Amino acid sequence: MKLLFALAGNQNSGKTTLFNQLTGSSQHVGNFPGVTVEKKEGTVRKHKDITVVDLPGIYSLSPYSPEELVSRSFIVDEHPDAIINIVDATNLERNLYLTLQLIELRVPMVVALNMMDEVRANEGFIDTKKMEKELGVPVVPISASKNEGIGELICVAADIAENKKQPTRLDFCSGEVHKAIHAVSHLVEDKALEQGFSARFAATKLIEGDPLLEKRLNLSESQSDILGHFVDEMEKALGTDREAALADMRYSYIEKLVLKAVVKPQQSREQLRSLRIDSVLTHRVFAIPVFLCIMFAIFWLTFGSLGALLSDAFESGIESLIGLIDSGLKSLKVSGWMNSLIVDGILAGVGSVLSFLPVILLLFFFLSILEDTGYMARVAFVMDKLLRKVGLSGRSFVPMLIGFGCSVPAIMATRTLPSERDRKMTIVLAPFMSCSAKLPIYAVFTAAFFSSGQAVVMITLYVLGIVVAILSGLLLKKTVFKGNSMPFLMELPAYRFPSPKSVMLHMWDKAKGFVRRAFTVIFVATIAIWFLQSFSWSFDMVEDSSKSILASIGSLIAPVFAPLGFGDWRASTALVTGFTAKEAVVSTLSVLTGGDVSGLQAIFTPLAAFAFLCFTLLYMPCVAAFAASKRELGSMKAAIAAMAYQTGVAWIIAFIAYQGGTVLGIL
Amino acid sequence: MRLNELKAGEQCRILMVAGEGALRRRLMDMGLTPGTRVFVRKVAPLGDPVVLHLRGYDLTLRKEDAANITIERLPKAAPNAVCAERGRRRRLRGGRI
Repeated sequence: MKLLFALAGNQNSGKTTLFNQLTGSSQHVGNFPGVTVEKKEGTVRKHKDITVVDLPGIYSLSPYSPEELVSRSFIVDEHPDAIINIVDATNLERNLYLTLQLIELRVPMVVALNMMDEVRANEGFIDTKKMEKELGVPVVPISASKNEGIGELICVAADIAENKKQPTRLDFCSGEVHKAIHAVSHLVEDKALEQGFSARFAATKLIEGDPLLEKRLNLSESQSDILGHFVDEMEKALGTDREAALADMRYSYIEKLVLKAVVKPQQSREQLRSLRIDSVLTHRVFAIPVFLCIMFAIFWLTFGSLGALLSDAFESGIESLIGLIDSGLKSLKVSGWMNSLIVDGILAGVGSVLSFLPVILLLFFFLSILEDTGYMARVAFVMDKLLRKVGLSGRSFVPMLIGFGCSVPAIMATRTLPSERDRKMTIVLAPFMSCSAKLPIYAVFTAAFFSSGQAVVMITLYVLGIVVAILSGLLLKKTVFKGNSMPFLMELPAYRFPSPKSVMLHMWDKAKGFVRRAFTVIFVATIAIWFLQSFSWSFDMVEDSSKSILASIGSLIAPVFAPLGFGDWRASTALVTGFTAKEAVVSTLSVLTGGDVSGLQAIFTPLAAFAFLCFTLLYMPCVAAFAASKRELGSMKAAIAAMAYQTGVAWIIAFIAYQGGTVLGIL
Repeated sequence: MRLNELKAGEQCRILMVAGEGALRRRLMDMGLTPGTRVFVRKVAPLGDPVVLHLRGYDLTLRKEDAANITIERLPKAAPNAVCAERGRRRRLRGGRI
C-alpha cells in the first residue's frame, strides 16, 4: 500500500540524519510550490512503497515564517498518511512544544525519540511508556546516527498509517484555556472541517490570534464576535494575553511530563564538552582569530594546494578528452563549423565551467563538516553584530567570505540561511566580494599600468568591493528588502561528530545541482557566445574575431563605456566575454590587442585602466554564478534583476573613479 | 529589570514578554515564557548577541530583542543549577536515578 509520511521536527534534532538513513540516495531535492523553501523527498529503503517528505526544521506552527506555513499547508492539504515527529531526547522540553501542536492536527503520528544513545551514555533514562500515555501517540526510541531503532520506527509508522490510528489524547490544557479551546472548537467545527483542519487545531490557532487561519476559515461576523468574547474572558481570568496563555499551557504540560518521565542525573558529557570547546571557539579574544585561521586553512586547501592539484588534474583530463574528440571529429571529416561548435563552443565552454567542480566539492566538504559539527552556529553568533549593521545576520558571514574564492559556491551556500530576505540579499551582495577568477585581470593590468604600486591597487580593489557591498546592503535594506529581518533566535547545539554519510550526501547534492546547471543554462550560454564570436553577420566563420558578430555588438555598446574612459570596442567586447568566465576578459583582450602590453596601453590610460578594474570588480559575475543565482533566487527575473543591479553599480563606481580622477588630476 | 541588562553568569526568572507579532511569538515558542528560569551563559566577543541557557539548551538572542523581556534577578548560583535543581526535585520525589 502506497504511503506518504511527513518528517517534522526541530532543527538540530537529527532530522536530516534520519531522513538520510531512511531514504539513502533515493532522495531528491526540490522546492515547495510557490516558495523558495527546500523540499526533500525520497522513498524508504526496503519499503519502496513508502515516500517520505522532509519538512523544514521548525520550532512551532505559527503563521510567521514560510517554513512553518509550508509545513502546515503540507500536512493539511497533502494529507500525509502519518507524521514522524523527530524529537531530540537530550533537549526534550523545547522539542515537545512542536509535538503538542502537531498532535492537534489529528493526523496519525509517531514520535521518534532520537539521540537515545547519548541519553544512555549519560546514565539517563526516559520512560517512553509514560510518554506514550501522556501524549497519546506511540514513542519509538532511536539513534539516527547509529542506525538504531529505525526499522521499528518504520513498522510503527506504517501500522498507524494503514490503520489510521489518530492521536488518542486530545487535551493538554486545563482551566481557563481548556474552557476556551473547547468552546471555540464547537463554534468553528463545521468551518474547520470544511477547510480540512481538525476543529481542535483551528480552535487553538484562533485563540492564539492566527490571522491567516481566521481568513481561511471565513467566519461569520457573529462567530468572530463570539470568538473575541471567549478570548477576552480567558485573558481576563488568567491575567495574561492570548499568545502567552497558550505558550504557557503547552510548556506547563511539557514540564510536568518531563518531570514524570525523564531522569537526568547530571549535565550530559556532550554539553560539558561543548562548553569546554566553546570556551575557546567563542572566547572573547580568541574566537575571531581562531575562526580566521580555520577559514584560511579551508581556503588554502580548496583554492591552493589540494584544490589546485585536483582542479589541474581534472582540467587536463577534460582537455585530453576534448583533444581526443577533436581529432576524432577531424578524422571523420566533420565540417569546420560543426567541429568548432562542438570543440570550441560546447566542450570548451562547458569544460571550463566543469573545471570548477573539484573546488565546489572540496569547499562543500569542509562547509558540511563545519555545519554538521555545529561550528557554523558559533560563527554566526560571533559575527552577528557586524552584519546587523548591513541588515543581515551572522548567518550570512560565511557565504560572503566564500565569495572571495568563488561566487558560485557562495551563492549555493546561502541555502542554509533561514530568512528568505537575508538569502536574497546575500545572493545579490556576495559577488561584490572579488572572486579569484578576477585575479588574472588585476594582475595583467596592474603590471601594465601600476607596476610600482601593484599590491596597493589590488588591496584597494578588494576593499572597494567590501565597501560597495556594505553600502549596497544599507541601500537595499531601505528599499527592495525593506522590512524587519527575522529575529536572530538561534539554538547553539552541542558539538557533534558529523556523520560521514550526511557529509557525502550533502556534497553529492551540491555537485549534482552544479553539474546539472552546467549542462543546461551554461550549455546554452556558451553556445550563444561561441556563435557570436565565431561568425560574422554574413554567417561565415571568421578567423579574425574583430570581424565577428560579438565584435560588432561590442562596438555597439562601446559608447556606454566612453564616460568611464574605455570606450574602445575591444574593451567592451572583452567585458561581454567575461560573462562566460572572468578569465576570458584577459584572453579576449590579449587576442584583440595582439597579445602584448603596448596593445593595452594604446587603449587605456592609467586612470581608465583603474576605472576598468573597478568595473570588472563589481559588474555581473559569470554565467555559472548566474545559473546558481537563478536557482537560489527562484526565478529568471530575479537573477536578471540582480545582474542588472550589479552592473549598474559597477558603471556608477567606474564613472566616479574616472571622472573624479580626471577632475582631481590624479594619474 | 530587562533581560538585556544582565551580565554573563547571572540568573533570572522571566516575568513578562513584551514585543509584537512574529518576534514575541518566536521568543515564547523557543521557551522564553513567564516563569521560566534563564541563565546568561556568555556574551559574544563583539558585545552582542548573548547566549542564554534555558530548558536544558542554549539559545542566542540579540540584546535589542532581549530588551522586550522583563525579568527578576535570581541569586547567583552554579551554572548547573538549572539541571541540578531538577535532579534534586526528582530525588526528593523518590524517582529513579
